[in-house]
Amino acid sequence: MSPVAFCGLELAHPVLNGSGTFDAIAARRVFGDALLAAFPFSAFVSKTITLAPRDGNPPPRLWEAAAGMLNSIGLPNKGLQRYLAEDLPQLAQLPVPLVTNVMGANAAELCALVEACDARGEIAALELNVSCPNVATGLDLGADPASLAPVLREVRPLTRKPLIVKLTPNTADVARVAQAAEAEGADAVSLINTLRGMAAHPDGSGRPWLGGGRGGLSGPALRPVALAQVAAVAERVAIPIVGMGGIQTAAHARQFLAAGATLVAVGTESFRDPTVAGRLGLALADLAAQSGTAAP
Amino acid sequence: MSADRTLAPFGRRRAVVVSERRVGAYSILELADRDGPAPQPGQFYMLAAGAGWGAGEDERPFLPRAFSAMGGAGGTLWFMLETVGPGTRRLATLRKGEAVWALGPLGRPFARPEDGRRALLCGGGIGLPPLVFLSGALRDAGLDAVLQLGFRDAAHAQVAAGFAGAQLATDDGSVGHHGLVTDLLAAELDADPHAVVYACGPPGMLEAVRRLCVARDVPGRLALEAGMACGYGACFGCVVPLAGGGYARVCVDGPVMEAAALAEIPAA
Repeated sequence: MSPVAFCGLELAHPVLNGSGTFDAIAARRVFGDALLAAFPFSAFVSKTITLAPRDGNPPPRLWEAAAGMLNSIGLPNKGLQRYLAEDLPQLAQLPVPLVTNVMGANAAELCALVEACDARGEIAALELNVSCPNVATGLDLGADPASLAPVLREVRPLTRKPLIVKLTPNTADVARVAQAAEAEGADAVSLINTLRGMAAHPDGSGRPWLGGGRGGLSGPALRPVALAQVAAVAERVAIPIVGMGGIQTAAHARQFLAAGATLVAVGTESFRDPTVAGRLGLALADLAAQSGTAAP
Repeated sequence: MSADRTLAPFGRRRAVVVSERRVGAYSILELADRDGPAPQPGQFYMLAAGAGWGAGEDERPFLPRAFSAMGGAGGTLWFMLETVGPGTRRLATLRKGEAVWALGPLGRPFARPEDGRRALLCGGGIGLPPLVFLSGALRDAGLDAVLQLGFRDAAHAQVAAGFAGAQLATDDGSVGHHGLVTDLLAAELDADPHAVVYACGPPGMLEAVRRLCVARDVPGRLALEAGMACGYGACFGCVVPLAGGGYARVCVDGPVMEAAALAEIPAA
């Protein structure tokens, strides 16, 4: 299997997990060390970490949509200190590099998060969540190049680790935001996050079903949107792209790679089939080997 | 029986329908799961039909559905289904020989009774499978258990004919006690409070059991249900509020939770 180069990392294949769609620590409780022996992703992206702990949104948090789902999870996490103290030693046991995803309500918070992560050797790369539509904070940052640029200007000098900016699809021109990220020194961009959506309560009252009100749509329903946004970004930036959104099969993954992504990520499909990403990784690596080139 | 969970093989696997038979308002689904370990009472599986999952009503079902095991031994699994939506509707049409994707066993099982306490098993409607499973496991371990089951009406109660000695209640009074199964539970606790309660059922019933256990300082183990996308801790969708604040994931921290650890159980 030929390794894939990504921001100075050598990955066994081009398939990651989308942030917040796989909890390696919980999965090890459920599947035991069999998880490590057949770890499906070539790098593991953590759930979003914030400075302070968050409980997340009140239930219900899920709604099954046509060919997909809405979630309103609300970024529950232990907060930075407990993540570093409790989770990092466990995540360091994974057989793949660790990407830590962080979100801050403002530049100061993001700077604190990035500085703390930069000091930890277990973390191979950082991903900035500037796009999660589930909570009020972080919403506008990634939707507007003029808001994102000054934040990145402060954060970028704080780490030499690869910095990935996770873009929101809930914006008028995602490629402009990607260009701003590249101009401010991002090493890569990842997209798409979930599309903002709402599920009506089945009681017909007109109130939303989800406890958090609005949610984020994921799954195959949004794959064409994701492919279009990846293609649009690839036309405008030179930095590597992690493409995701409704990928279920190796054929889907190849569409994203052909549209300009260097890596792809699987999210919602892992909920249905926890080992799917590993099979896609093998299929893509085999394809690269057969064609006599390194994986794209 | 052990408090430790039985680990699930990593990955969903194809199980085969041995039979699906209608019993009153429910169906009993029997699957051949030759490659899977035997579950413990309280553990659950994520199930999806091997074909025709999707493109139904509203283009659903899309996600697998969580079902508590009603029994499992020697490569065979039993589940009880009630048709309530596109997922259960599809599963209810399965025939012998058809494939089912199964992931499991998942979640924390019931811990066995402690301090010589008498086991009171209280189930409401579609919540009966893990309790029937537990009742058999306790009996095999030489322990006594009182099985109490509540149903809407006679059509739903028909399934109880298979469980000799169960105390029954129905909402409409057509079978057994006319009223709530929690009335039966309260009566048993009145008679002998040195007990441990095991319960599964709709949220309103579980909340009544939780209150009863807390008020009487009796250990209670509730098998909870919540909509979940994955069943293995990935989606964070299936949370239940905790007494001390915050939430726990039903799929990995449950589905069996101690009554004392829970805040009020939200209505569905």
